[in-house]
Amino acid sequence: MNAVTTHNHKTNTFKWLLKREFWENRGGFLWAPVITGAIVSLLTLVLAVIGLVRFNQSHAGDSMRFDGSLAEHARQIGGIGDTALLVGISLTTLVLAFVVFFYALGCLYDDRRDRSVLFWKSLPASDLQMVLSKASWALLLAPIISIVVGVAIGIVLWVIIGAAAALAGMPNASAIFTHANPFSVIGNTLTIVPVYLLWALPAVGWLMLCSAWARSKPFLWAVLLPVLACVMVSMVGILPGTDINYGRIWYTLVYRGLMSVVPGSWAPASSAFENNMQHAQNSDIQGPADLMRLMNVSNLDVLGSADLWIGAAIGAAFIALAIYLRRWRELAD
Amino acid sequence: MSAVASNTVITARNLRKAYRSKLALNDTSFDIEAGRIIGLIGPNGAGKTTALKAILGLVPFEGDLKVLGMDPRKQRDELMNDVCFIADVAVLPRWIKVKEAIDFVDGIHPRFDRAKCERFIANTQLNPNLRVREMSKGMIVQLHLALVMAIDAKLLVLDEPTLGLDILYRKQFYQRLLEDYFDEQKTIIITTHQVEEIEHILTDVMFIRDGKIVLTAAMDEVADRYTEVLASADNVEAARALKPIDERSLPFGKTVMLFDGAPREQLAAFGETRNPGLADLFVAIMKGTYA
Repeated sequence: MNAVTTHNHKTNTFKWLLKREFWENRGGFLWAPVITGAIVSLLTLVLAVIGLVRFNQSHAGDSMRFDGSLAEHARQIGGIGDTALLVGISLTTLVLAFVVFFYALGCLYDDRRDRSVLFWKSLPASDLQMVLSKASWALLLAPIISIVVGVAIGIVLWVIIGAAAALAGMPNASAIFTHANPFSVIGNTLTIVPVYLLWALPAVGWLMLCSAWARSKPFLWAVLLPVLACVMVSMVGILPGTDINYGRIWYTLVYRGLMSVVPGSWAPASSAFENNMQHAQNSDIQGPADLMRLMNVSNLDVLGSADLWIGAAIGAAFIALAIYLRRWRELAD
Repeated sequence: MSAVASNTVITARNLRKAYRSKLALNDTSFDIEAGRIIGLIGPNGAGKTTALKAILGLVPFEGDLKVLGMDPRKQRDELMNDVCFIADVAVLPRWIKVKEAIDFVDGIHPRFDRAKCERFIANTQLNPNLRVREMSKGMIVQLHLALVMAIDAKLLVLDEPTLGLDILYRKQFYQRLLEDYFDEQKTIIITTHQVEEIEHILTDVMFIRDGKIVLTAAMDEVADRYTEVLASADNVEAARALKPIDERSLPFGKTVMLFDGAPREQLAAFGETRNPGLADLFVAIMKGTYA
């Protein structure tokens, strides 16, 4: 090769593909949880202020009386702090479920519809890298942002509630801060990340496959296909002499194939969560702290279930197929 | 390598591609040399876009095709380091900002020259924070051209790059391409229906019809081979004896006749001779396409 004017510079294709996804989907990945959190924090603040004003009007001069075990009381009050944190995280992870669902469904379809795929394909980034950058956002980066924002919102709610309780003259209100277990809650929340990656893989893989394949209306294909398949099988079951486990079919196709984008949807497959629920009796739950004990379970034990790993393998196969389709599929309508 | 390497950029042998029942490429064969600007010209549905998509590895097809020595079906990822294309107007994503587009191409293309791109942008009304959705069609093409011209590719493919642009943008587009981009290391393939506007920049022309290449020639060969005669009414019959491939009447009894391969001195006897325009030649050769 004659060394003429070619000046090559170093590139980091995957990093820029990830940035590209963020530029395009900032709204879903970042602003959706942030705005949700801001609205909820504001509402909580308004309610707290209204509550305080009312409370001071009706109880002016009263001082709250309290009898019982001080330690137990502090423990339950501390649970309020943990609950606030968990509410913040639940909010953003719920938003995440919608964001990931629609992102996965559109990410390999929208650019074929507006023809911009022809621009991306005119650059030296392989279809493999392109699809994997999108899968990375759906399965890993979007959940991480969601959890970080969720923790921040949880802390805001925690502070608002704690301050309101203290201002209302709640005895021992500082226990909301001193007797909470934020590190345990945040630690357990972080275990969502690896579990979500594997658990949501079949659903994200299926949605991305439909996105890469559909010539039009990827939503209808992705949702109606599994749902109608289940309905058909269920209808066949009306005939005498058939013995089909409908629960399994619905669970496999609809719950694992679509609903698994919801963080925490692995709870039914988690033995720790089930044990916790079975052993819980009504008399056990005396306050927020006890509720937290039930809810705040490590997600990691679901990693031991065959359900998760089989689903992950199928999801990986779906993504491999999506990469192939991305290579050869032409424009959408 | 350079000593042995032939100058051929594309070698195509017996390409076939069928859509449903229609053949878009029908045993198509051609060669394209380096350092040329080739116009690929054909009526609607003749297989131009399919041929370009095959070259770019965007569609599966049968036959032998080597682009820069690589098979676009199997080595597309590697090939795209040296090949660039503008597939159509307005394929830039609507959400992207000028600065994001530059950052992205700079980040993933090893042969992108950022300074050059910014120089091109500076000559336009584009500013870094402008989004594609806020631009006119002409501005989108300006951005796309600035990005593509800053890439030092060996082969540039342009499929109807100026469709829907006004005459000012169209002229500017080809002017830029010729002045600031093209050199003897590069090869450009262009398809367009606006034949008159590109004929002065082409070095070679290929006519395609029903998936077959019906004419492939350098522009100066075209000038040597084809002659147009402005025959007066009393010369028409004599001129017809030389079998013109096309004729059309003008007002005041004159007839324009197009000859393939007839000696020019002989034709001069019938009237004024000149080189035919590419558009007239195209019409003559494609006669009956839609019949």
